[in-house]
Amino acid sequence: MIRQSLRGTASLAFAAVIALCLAGAPAYADDTEVTIDNFTFSPASLTVKVGTTVTWKNHDDIPHTVVSAGKFRSKTLDTDDGFSFTFTTAGDYKYFCSLHPHMTGMIKVE
Amino acid sequence: MSEFDHNHDHDDPRQGSGPSRRRVLECMTWAGTGVLWTITGGVPRSLGLVDSALAAAPTGLSFLQISDSHVGFDKPANPNALGTLEEAIGRISAMPSKPSFMIHTGDITHLSKAAEFDNAERIISQAKLDVHYVPGEHDFLDEDVKFYRERYGRGAKGAGWYSFDANGVHFIGLVNVVDLKAGGLGNLGAEQLAWLEDDLKGRSKSTPIVVFAHIPLWTVYPAWGWGTEDAGRALEYLRGFGSVTVLNGHIHQVMQKVEGNVTFHTARSTAFPQPAPGAAPSPGPMKVADDKLRSLLGIASINFKAGEQRLAIIDTPLQG
Repeated sequence: MIRQSLRGTASLAFAAVIALCLAGAPAYADDTEVTIDNFTFSPASLTVKVGTTVTWKNHDDIPHTVVSAGKFRSKTLDTDDGFSFTFTTAGDYKYFCSLHPHMTGMIKVE
Repeated sequence: MSEFDHNHDHDDPRQGSGPSRRRVLECMTWAGTGVLWTITGGVPRSLGLVDSALAAAPTGLSFLQISDSHVGFDKPANPNALGTLEEAIGRISAMPSKPSFMIHTGDITHLSKAAEFDNAERIISQAKLDVHYVPGEHDFLDEDVKFYRERYGRGAKGAGWYSFDANGVHFIGLVNVVDLKAGGLGNLGAEQLAWLEDDLKGRSKSTPIVVFAHIPLWTVYPAWGWGTEDAGRALEYLRGFGSVTVLNGHIHQVMQKVEGNVTFHTARSTAFPQPAPGAAPSPGPMKVADDKLRSLLGIASINFKAGEQRLAIIDTPLQG
């Protein structure tokens, strides 16, 4: 029991070190953020390089989602929640909020 | 009196410092409640709760509409949405003349958490009325999209649509919050429309029809998504019926429109107000002075009179 829990702690610590390393790793210079304010994605249209991670942040008092049909789908983002997606393939990614479909945006990946 | 009258001074800072006696009375009596509907001789009328309390016991069918409880919402626009729902239910419980049942036009919860549904049920059940629900988009947010269906969707078709009859009136609960399309509005979908057509087929045109759904079935303000993409199809099937009443929520304010045989009406929320169309950068929760909040929650008093070319919108304050 004790050994197991020690091992558990050790692996937790190991995981934490890995996480720290990952967090500390130099981010791609062009990793970027799309904010949601007033039921609007901003910027509504964004061009990024392949490999870029885009993070959406919801600043509204109402939950939103970020959905690109067949490509990616966030969970429901409550206030201050975020969702990240790394674009590994070039193309145009149209997306919208599945709760408020008049909210639309586009990520162009080159 | 316009349908926006209830919003007329929401951003007037003077309201916060010294409310008039009338304002205080309004706040006392408007604490989030519902709309009482009375159907007499096939003609639906909605009464303010105070009006209804003063009126003699209705001879026809009476039912209540509440909407947009958003249980779990705790942001500045109303840090205690559960509390204002409880106030609304308290007022309904205290009504001297008991309505036959209640309809809830969706957004029962804010984030579809099990605890939010449980809290909503605990409070709403205190009214001791049957409640007929339709879902809002906030009721389908749990990962497996099962909490709403398990609680309220049993026996319903598809995502939760159904119909029932009461006192000769045919009630139809529709779902227009699923499978929404990018850039679009609310959506009924082909399957539900086919069901609706079938549900109405062969029904006497003199049957009063009440349709209820979360998002307005008429286009209130497309820039904010306030409308239903394929509502026109549903309204085609309702053509020819002598009395059609469409009750919605979603926009957290009273609006009414009459078009031919169809009267559209939206109810207030019991949780927080939203701005009039285009009056703010977004339709998000509207923060008002604390002593003003209850004047924007819950109750509308609107009278319908059949047989008139233009039906007057009487957006009656309860003290009016």
